[in-house]
Amino acid sequence: MIEAKGLTKFFGDYPAIEDVSFRAEPGEVVGFLGPNGAGKTTTMRILTGYTPPTSGTASIAGHDIQTQSLEARRAIGYLPETVPLYLDMTVRQYLSYMGALRGLSKQRIRSRIDDMFGLCRLEEYTDSLIGKLSKGYRQRVGIAQALLHEPPVLILDEPTIGIDPRQVVETRQIIRGLGGEHTVFLSSHILGEVSQVCDRVMIIHEGRIAAMDKAENLSESLGGTTRIILEVRGGTQNEITRILAGVPGVQSVEADESSGELSFIVECEPTQDLRAELARRIIERGWGLVDMHTAGLSLEEVFLRLTASQEEEDSASAEPEPA
Amino acid sequence: MNVRHIQTIWMKEIRTYFSSPIAYVIAAVFVGLTGFSFALSVESRFPEATVRGFLFGPTGAFFLVILMTPALTMRLFAEEAKLGTMELLLTAPIRDSEIVLGKFLAAFTMMLAMFSLTLYFPLLLIWFGDPEILPILTAYAGLVLMGSVAVAIGLLGSSLTSNQIVAAVVSLAVLLLLWLASFVATLGDPGSLWVDFIRFLSLNDHLRDLTFGILDSRDIVYFLSLTAFFLFITSRIVEMRRWR
Ligand SMILES: Nc1ncnc2c1ncn2[C@@H]1O[C@H](COP(=O)(O)OP(=O)(O)O)[C@@H](O)[C@H]1O
Ligand SMILES: [Mg+2]
Repeated sequence: MIEAKGLTKFFGDYPAIEDVSFRAEPGEVVGFLGPNGAGKTTTMRILTGYTPPTSGTASIAGHDIQTQSLEARRAIGYLPETVPLYLDMTVRQYLSYMGALRGLSKQRIRSRIDDMFGLCRLEEYTDSLIGKLSKGYRQRVGIAQALLHEPPVLILDEPTIGIDPRQVVETRQIIRGLGGEHTVFLSSHILGEVSQVCDRVMIIHEGRIAAMDKAENLSESLGGTTRIILEVRGGTQNEITRILAGVPGVQSVEADESSGELSFIVECEPTQDLRAELARRIIERGWGLVDMHTAGLSLEEVFLRLTASQEEEDSASAEPEPA
Repeated sequence: MNVRHIQTIWMKEIRTYFSSPIAYVIAAVFVGLTGFSFALSVESRFPEATVRGFLFGPTGAFFLVILMTPALTMRLFAEEAKLGTMELLLTAPIRDSEIVLGKFLAAFTMMLAMFSLTLYFPLLLIWFGDPEILPILTAYAGLVLMGSVAVAIGLLGSSLTSNQIVAAVVSLAVLLLLWLASFVATLGDPGSLWVDFIRFLSLNDHLRDLTFGILDSRDIVYFLSLTAFFLFITSRIVEMRRWR
């Protein structure tokens, strides 16, 4: 459905992306994960025909994005990162304009708009001016616009950025439900999001594809630890470290004084929740537990771990196979 | 070119015009000031039973078209660039040229609507006097043709930037240059190639004959090709913006 081969884009001398190649099969939800500035938006803008690549080719539903641009664009629903909307239009006016731009008939526009109001839960705001909607609702209008013409391919650029957590959950549910019927290509800089929503994840770093794998394999290759951060008053650093490390299931403990308070980063197996046990041990000793929270890996760390495991795999597969 | 695509853009832009005060204000000022010119011309010591009175002069229709078209057109592309909706337009399955043409037609339609508000001047002339009809028709043809050039230039200005004020100022500069070209030409050597060329570009010279009822195909070709030229350039600029 989406096929990219060697996409490269230079802005002046600066390569925003280099040699990006991948495929997304029909019905698949593919996540595009990378920190800010990695080149996600640039890649998506090339696929949607907004900007031409410096070199490389891509096709959408079998249509080359450069030589058959209109056909390719017809097959795409696109939610740009900026969620562009006409603020002086009502939701209904906006959607019917977008439908007309995609060449839908009047009746089809009407029935599809009603479908979209239901799917994106916009029923209460059908005739509100878009300029008066909250960010989360604008995001839904953006998604509705992308889905309106039932495109086989959906390209969503950071669809959950800047909206409140409850709406993030709803938006993810909507996207998850789109797989199967649509090929979805979605970008994000949140690891948890792509691993929840996507079948397959592609990681981009500094304009290059760093890893590409099934979502579940990805969490495995990340070593599968969760980390708990504790802030403790009383006791020496060594003592506390020793006590925490003695809890079964803890893999490593690291002290961190960078924030002024003494805190400990505890890595543990994700299969069990050690928070209660850790707290008990601290309090038993008469120390004060000031703060405790779990934290995910930063994208930087994810990237490091992934490339490390990738190299291991590469060297493993480089061994000569028995003939 | 797909007519439906053009029509979609056209209708959307017209709706936007009617939902903002700018078009109403422009039309009101235009009708007011041209009415003032018209009244002066029929009140003068040697009243002419022609529409020339409301066309020429500092508050005449021609000069007002120069001054006011940029305000009418500045929004068309600059706002899309600012809102980011340009990304939607340029990834929709329609051609860049269809977008340009649709927007052009919308502003041009507004301009025609504004011109139609002045039709009571010739009606008054016919009611109270006995004017020649042909010069009135050709004068309006000149106004319409000039309007199309002005809108095309305004659209070009708007495609260059995401700042509406910059768009308006750039378009105004180009329009004034074309308007004043015949005056500029008088500063040079008569007979030199440059002076002839500048005179040829001048809006003024091509309009004069039309207001006297002289329909010269060269004048018509001039206005139409200038419009086509600016629309073509606008199309290319929209295409080039994709590279940034
Ligand atoms: N129009 C542009 N002109 C110049 N540089 C750009 C442009 N768009 C993006 N870049 C650069 O290309 C890199 C990738 O940007 P982008 O694709 O927006 O990343 P992401 O979406 O992953 O945050 C960034 O370093 C950015 O500064
Ligand atoms: Mg981005």
